[in-house]
Amino acid sequence: MGGFAPLDRPIDVELIDVTKVFDSGVVAVDRVTLQIQQGEFFSLLGPSGCGKTTTLRMIAGFEHPTAGEVRIEGRPMGHTPPFRRNVNTVFQNYALFPHMTVFENVAFGLRMKRVPRDEISRRVREALQLVRLSGFEERYPRQLSGGQQQRVALARALVNRPRVLLLDEPLGALDLKLRKEMQLELKHLQMTVGITFIYVTHDQEEALTMSDRIAVMNAGRVLQVGTPIEIYERPTSRFVADFIGETNFLSGRVDDVERDTATVLVAGNRPVRVRIDEPLSVGSEVTVAVRPEKVQIVPLEAPGADGLLRGRVEEVIYIGTDTFYVVRIDETTTVRVRSQNDRNRLDGGQLLPIGTAVALSWAPDAARVLLD
Amino acid sequence: MAIVERIRPSERSRSWRERLGDAIRQHEGLRALLLAGPGGLWLLLFFLLPTAIVFAYSFARRGPYGTVSWAFTLENYVRFFDWLYIRVFLVSVWLALLTTVICLLIGYPFAFVIARSPRRWRNALLVLVLIPFWTNFLVRTYAIMLLLRSDGLINNALQWLGLIDRPLTMLFTPFAVVLGLVYGYLPFMILPIYASIEKFDFTLVEAAQDLGADTWQVFWRVLLPLTLPGVLAGSILVFIPSVGAFVTPDLLGGGKVVMIANLINQQFLTVRHWPFGSAVSFVLMAIVLAATMLYFRIGETRRI
Repeated sequence: MGGFAPLDRPIDVELIDVTKVFDSGVVAVDRVTLQIQQGEFFSLLGPSGCGKTTTLRMIAGFEHPTAGEVRIEGRPMGHTPPFRRNVNTVFQNYALFPHMTVFENVAFGLRMKRVPRDEISRRVREALQLVRLSGFEERYPRQLSGGQQQRVALARALVNRPRVLLLDEPLGALDLKLRKEMQLELKHLQMTVGITFIYVTHDQEEALTMSDRIAVMNAGRVLQVGTPIEIYERPTSRFVADFIGETNFLSGRVDDVERDTATVLVAGNRPVRVRIDEPLSVGSEVTVAVRPEKVQIVPLEAPGADGLLRGRVEEVIYIGTDTFYVVRIDETTTVRVRSQNDRNRLDGGQLLPIGTAVALSWAPDAARVLLD
Repeated sequence: MAIVERIRPSERSRSWRERLGDAIRQHEGLRALLLAGPGGLWLLLFFLLPTAIVFAYSFARRGPYGTVSWAFTLENYVRFFDWLYIRVFLVSVWLALLTTVICLLIGYPFAFVIARSPRRWRNALLVLVLIPFWTNFLVRTYAIMLLLRSDGLINNALQWLGLIDRPLTMLFTPFAVVLGLVYGYLPFMILPIYASIEKFDFTLVEAAQDLGADTWQVFWRVLLPLTLPGVLAGSILVFIPSVGAFVTPDLLGGGKVVMIANLINQQFLTVRHWPFGSAVSFVLMAIVLAATMLYFRIGETRRI
């Protein structure tokens, strides 16, 4: 838990032991505790049904916790209705008012707050400029493309200058190329306006691209909170390692512990050295997790070939920048290796053919020991 | 040659049915005629033709013993502008408007509750709305009479409770007529409103709340404008039959509340002044037409 980001900024949103049980008895959110700092781009990442949207809806005020407390700017929210919270939401399907023009949509929040007419038109114009939609004031939502509707939804929320902006999979309905563009645009926008963003997504790449910090959720619980680098490089659970990126899991038994390095016997008693953060007892059953791109693959016949594991190439998948190898270690174990193609050769270097006997190795730092 | 004949047998022995089929496929006009023909013929015979006859009558004179004597005159329409008849006209429009507004006030929340209830209940609730249709309208109107009579259920109950000394006069009043109309036409208000609320995307309510709208503002600015098509359709479906209602004012109004349809009935059957009855019929038709055009006009300006 915790991150590199120092806790010097004030806490905007705080969840303390928040639990949500629906009438049906489903536990959607289970004892979630989070602290989100001012100006942070914070993502709630997890598969569908993990409770991330329910968590967001409790911050927005559309749902109320069964137990625990949501605090915004230090104030307990209790049953405060959405219209009395200093947060705004960008909905998954945008939820633009179809009977209002773009201008009226964006002006809606200000009209509700009885902001003077000329200030409304000034601020709406500014907001539309911010999302690069100047000149679209008189259009109706149905006359806009998905990406433009998305921007109207953003402007409609941002124009209120909320303390916190909540975004519920806002890019989910866009096609891949547009989504990539909007990811960067959103990130830039967030840095421009300096508002805290809480972003719900099931797309790990999206979360890694945009977030300052990520909370990975599964089955209603927060499994790990950290910066994208921490989450990716040092996952603390099998779920996180598996959900974010790709990981080889090798189950084994701790054979020896020597200060911060453990030797684990995996795949038919092959010793593997792994750096550890916490003390481990000899003999315990663990999982060694190693990312495919951290594994080095060398043909056995190459001079000085040595490795932690040996096996045979079973599959070769060429994907342009890289090549994936599936290497069979023994009957029950395969390891996926992602090898960058030779940048100096047009043909991407010589691929290892299927059936090649290879040695696999990785730096002790590159692998993680997981206890679950 | 023999082979060619074998693979193209249709060329040789096309039946009249095949030829008709081809003709229908090739000629769009013929297709439309065949599809719309039966319905069109029906309307022509049983709607357009009678309407034309009534229209012609409305410019004729009453002959002796209630016959129609042919002559072109506008006197029937002029006669309608007598205060006696204008009053009937105003009473009809007023009672129909009142009925529409009451149906709307009762029907909208009702439709809302149905549309927001759990899916598995919705159909059952809709069936409940429609159950009154299983019994004849006349029978139901007589049932209302039994309730409203001086020695009816309501008066007896109120007297028994000691709330009133003498029975209230409810039957044969405008109140009874409106009650009967509301009772009769409420489902026509509920169903279209239900349909539009059911289609309504309720995340828009959350969006409005999120932007600071309270419950009333959500209703006036988001829910109502977006369910207006249902409200308009329901209103027109209640107003049109209400303004031309005959049985309800006849039975529950007891001749004391005269609406246009009663006047028409009277002119045709009692007074036997068919030309004037025809003219009044066309006045009623004009009202309905005006209401319908108003409906389409509002529908156009508020295209959602």
